[in-house]
Amino acid sequence: MIENADPSLVDWSRAQFALTAIYHWIFVPLTLGLSFILAIMETIYVKTGNEEWKSHVKFWMTLFGINFAIGVATGIILEFEFGTNWSNYSWFVGDIFGAPLAIEGILAFFLESTFIAVMFFGWNKVSRKVHLLSTWLVAFGSNLSALWILVANGWMQNPVGMVFNPETARNEMVSFWAVLFNQAAVDKFLHTISSSYVLAAVFVLSISSWFLIRRRHELMAQRSILVAGVFGILASVMTAYTGDESARTVSRVQPLKFAAMEALTEGKSDAGLIAFGLLRESDEKIGDRVMPEFIFRIEIPGLLSVLTGGDRDVYVPGIKDHVNGNMSKGIMSVPEKAERGRFAKGVLTDYKRARMTGDTTQLNAIKKIFADKEFQEDYFRYFGYSAIDKPEEAIPNIAVSFYSFHIMVMLGFFFMLLFGLALFYLFRGTLQGKRWFLWILLLSLPLPYISSQLGWILAEMGRQPWIIQDLMHVDQGVSQITSGSVLTTFILFALLFTVLLISEISIMIRQIKAGPKH
Amino acid sequence: MVSHLFLQHYWWFIVSLLAGLLVFLLFVQGGQSFVFSLPRTALQKTMIVNAMGRKWEFTFTTLVTFGGAFFASFPLFYATSFGGAYWVWIAILFCFVIQAVAYEYRSKPGNIYGQNTFDAFLFINGSLGPLLLGIAVATFFTGSNFTLNRMNQVRWDTSWYGLEAVLSVRNLSLGLAVLFLARVNGLLFIIKSIGDEDIISQSRKALIVNSVLFLVPFLYFVVSLLVSPGFAVDRSTGIVAVEEFKYLHNFLEMPLVLLLFLAGVIGVLYGIGATLLARARGGIWFSGTGTVLAVLALFLVAGYNGTSFYPSLSDLQSSLTIYNSSSSSFTLRNMMYVSFIIPLVLAYIWYAWKALTAKKITQDEMSSEDHVY
Ligand code: HDD
Ligand code: HEM
Ligand code: HEM
Repeated sequence: MIENADPSLVDWSRAQFALTAIYHWIFVPLTLGLSFILAIMETIYVKTGNEEWKSHVKFWMTLFGINFAIGVATGIILEFEFGTNWSNYSWFVGDIFGAPLAIEGILAFFLESTFIAVMFFGWNKVSRKVHLLSTWLVAFGSNLSALWILVANGWMQNPVGMVFNPETARNEMVSFWAVLFNQAAVDKFLHTISSSYVLAAVFVLSISSWFLIRRRHELMAQRSILVAGVFGILASVMTAYTGDESARTVSRVQPLKFAAMEALTEGKSDAGLIAFGLLRESDEKIGDRVMPEFIFRIEIPGLLSVLTGGDRDVYVPGIKDHVNGNMSKGIMSVPEKAERGRFAKGVLTDYKRARMTGDTTQLNAIKKIFADKEFQEDYFRYFGYSAIDKPEEAIPNIAVSFYSFHIMVMLGFFFMLLFGLALFYLFRGTLQGKRWFLWILLLSLPLPYISSQLGWILAEMGRQPWIIQDLMHVDQGVSQITSGSVLTTFILFALLFTVLLISEISIMIRQIKAGPKH
Repeated sequence: MVSHLFLQHYWWFIVSLLAGLLVFLLFVQGGQSFVFSLPRTALQKTMIVNAMGRKWEFTFTTLVTFGGAFFASFPLFYATSFGGAYWVWIAILFCFVIQAVAYEYRSKPGNIYGQNTFDAFLFINGSLGPLLLGIAVATFFTGSNFTLNRMNQVRWDTSWYGLEAVLSVRNLSLGLAVLFLARVNGLLFIIKSIGDEDIISQSRKALIVNSVLFLVPFLYFVVSLLVSPGFAVDRSTGIVAVEEFKYLHNFLEMPLVLLLFLAGVIGVLYGIGATLLARARGGIWFSGTGTVLAVLALFLVAGYNGTSFYPSLSDLQSSLTIYNSSSSSFTLRNMMYVSFIIPLVLAYIWYAWKALTAKKITQDEMSSEDHVY
């Protein structure tokens, strides 16, 4: 591996990836959710033959199109960025990671983009049924594209289904199904799509509430609130459920991320669940990392133990346990893992040396070591730790993990309340009179965007310092270009995307103000 | 069980085919590059933009899939080229980012920067995009300056990170050929799909000049390819060496590929000729098919028959071949199963294409449709 990676190169590469991913993620969840809301509304139109429903569909479809275009624009950068900025990583994992990306293009993007053309231009060219089918296929296709990229991401959080081949110096896939049904990937897919449905439902709700406030297009607004409210409430239950599942998986496969998101320094049994709290720096340190303590917290006693292990007596390990090790709980320390990682790396270096000198006996001996299951499972899986000098480097940013997690979860419950109340007032026929509530709906528009971004920030920053959990350190994944180049492209992307975003928002607002055409 | 060797060839074929389809679909870019020069009225411009706008997603998605398929089947190429020739690829990406929003936003109220800005995006994407893609592909034959270390990590040996490719006449000639081929195909597509006599006669005029501008660099590139040395790999040792007339040899040793190439060139010429001389309107079918075949053949010549498809000039042994840069046998095989779905994908694309282009684009339609770019 490259030892002396320029730290500013790594930082700018990370910043650039974060920037472009965050931009992409502004638009994607709306596409994922709104496409289903469109399909449901159009189904009602086709079933009832009521032309008003058609005009509702067309109104939301226009907004969909504006959002979709910029989603596509930001997506292409990401795909190529794995190569341009993380080329070492791309080679190291290309055998596994590339496949979902290729399948995504072949299966999902073509489905989506072909039927989007029919959806937009086909109203007068294909039959109603075919048009409806196209709209459903767009929804299906966009969610399918989410599946494949999340399988790739899930693999980085929990690498499975591969073995390391010393000859090519990279991981090779041995089980496609293990990669596809990776617990981390399944959780990620279900949680991501359901949370995106929540986002789209809140979007429809708040724009509809604006029409109600203005007393315009009230029929469309109420019908939209009905569809989005029902869709949203189901989705938000699913979001909470899949989020809880995700947390459980994280506690198993990324225990330090888990401890950080709970801000749990000391492990304990009968651990309480912190509903919310505020952190400050404590006097305690691990190495040179300062540990946090709570200024205040709202805690539900014992619940964290129950949620992770099903029982109040279950011991929930804290950051210290994972860094310093806790033999009685069977937890290996970071220095021990680093030792094993360095051993694995040494074997690989020997292999390369034997290769150079043409020492075939040595080569064959080392090949045997790599073929040994125990070596792969007990040593090679800690390969990435060979890059860790101080144990505390393995701890992700605790404050970021803690706050992003807790704000996301609180917002999740808030959305449930929002959908519930909206439907309640709608059925009572009093929604129009509840001005205060309509304003709350309207002003809630940014909130699902915030929680969705926070989810990714938790997932991705909580994964640090790994680009592939335990296997590859971020420093090892980066392309060897000058940090000046990356800084320049970072600025270019930031400018270009911001310029486009401003235009997008402005067009959106104009289209919303214009309302549906009759 | 199919062998690794077979799978490597299979996937190089798929990648080459995608490249062929991509270059054909660049007719969208070619058409865009005329936004400022061809139409004489605002309405004509709208018609041309809409003719292209209903197809741009296909080109874009093909580019994305091309990238994804290359990543999955030849990850070392993906890592080496993108991570090394950084600036060329970033420039190409920028060209495509601005395209994706341009259609949807250009005529929408509130787009802030005005229609001309977005039309300029279309123009930049339409001209710079094909030019740079052509230049990048030319390096498959002319080589680049990079070194791979023992862990297969790339180091680029020029401080231009890929932009130096622009300075080579051979690279530039392929870039120009691709650009003007895209413009030719764009014109042929306009002639086929727009029902407006004035636009058609304008396009016929432009076709003459653009055909010449395509043929000159194209012939230069082909001749230089046939007479120049190439990069041969010894299958048993994996050692790469320079071989005189390598690409000429490849054509001669793979007559089927030569045939494909000739059929492709003839197809393109026939499409142009029929449009100009016989005033045919379906020329795009011939030139389009021809484009796919010719590009496919060029890619096969670059990668098959023991040839390095991504040669390194600074360290010959760092050169990439389909043998040393591919994914494992397991991955390639599984992806092969996935690729069996491609005919289905082509079938529904064909259906959607037909359904949407059954009628020619006319002035009336531009005012009656509710989704107009
Ligand atoms: C399939 C892979 C994948 C997917 C689906 C995502 N990311 Fe990611 N992300 C990466 C693969 C990745 C990466 C390439 O692996 C990075 C670069 C450096 C690193 O450690 O991970 C990364 C870094 C990264 C960082 C910087 C973390 C840090 O360096 O501290 C942020 C904030 C995000 N991403 C945000 C997102 C968002 C908002 C996404 C939603 C679309 C997203 N990521 C999806
Ligand atoms: C970092 C990883 C990602 C990469 C490389 C990536 C790549 C891309 C590309 C290339 C496109 C344009 C496709 C086209 O030609 O139509 C795109 C669009 C899209 N992507 Fe991503 N993407 C990533 C993350 C995600 C995630 C996490 C999701 C969903 C969970 C997602 C969902 C979509 C959707 C729905 C679209 C359609 C356009 C839109 O509305 O935004 N992408 N992406
Ligand atoms: C209601 C309770 C919720 C819980 C318990 C929860 C839990 C979680 C957890 C544990 C993760 C991290 C997974 C990982 O690191 O691999 C996560 C990620 C994420 N969350 Fe939530 N979440 C909730 C609500 C929401 C809401 C309301 C949204 C957005 C509307 C949301 C959007 C996301 C996203 C986009 C991610 C990143 C993708 C992923 O890693 O799955 N979540 N969530």
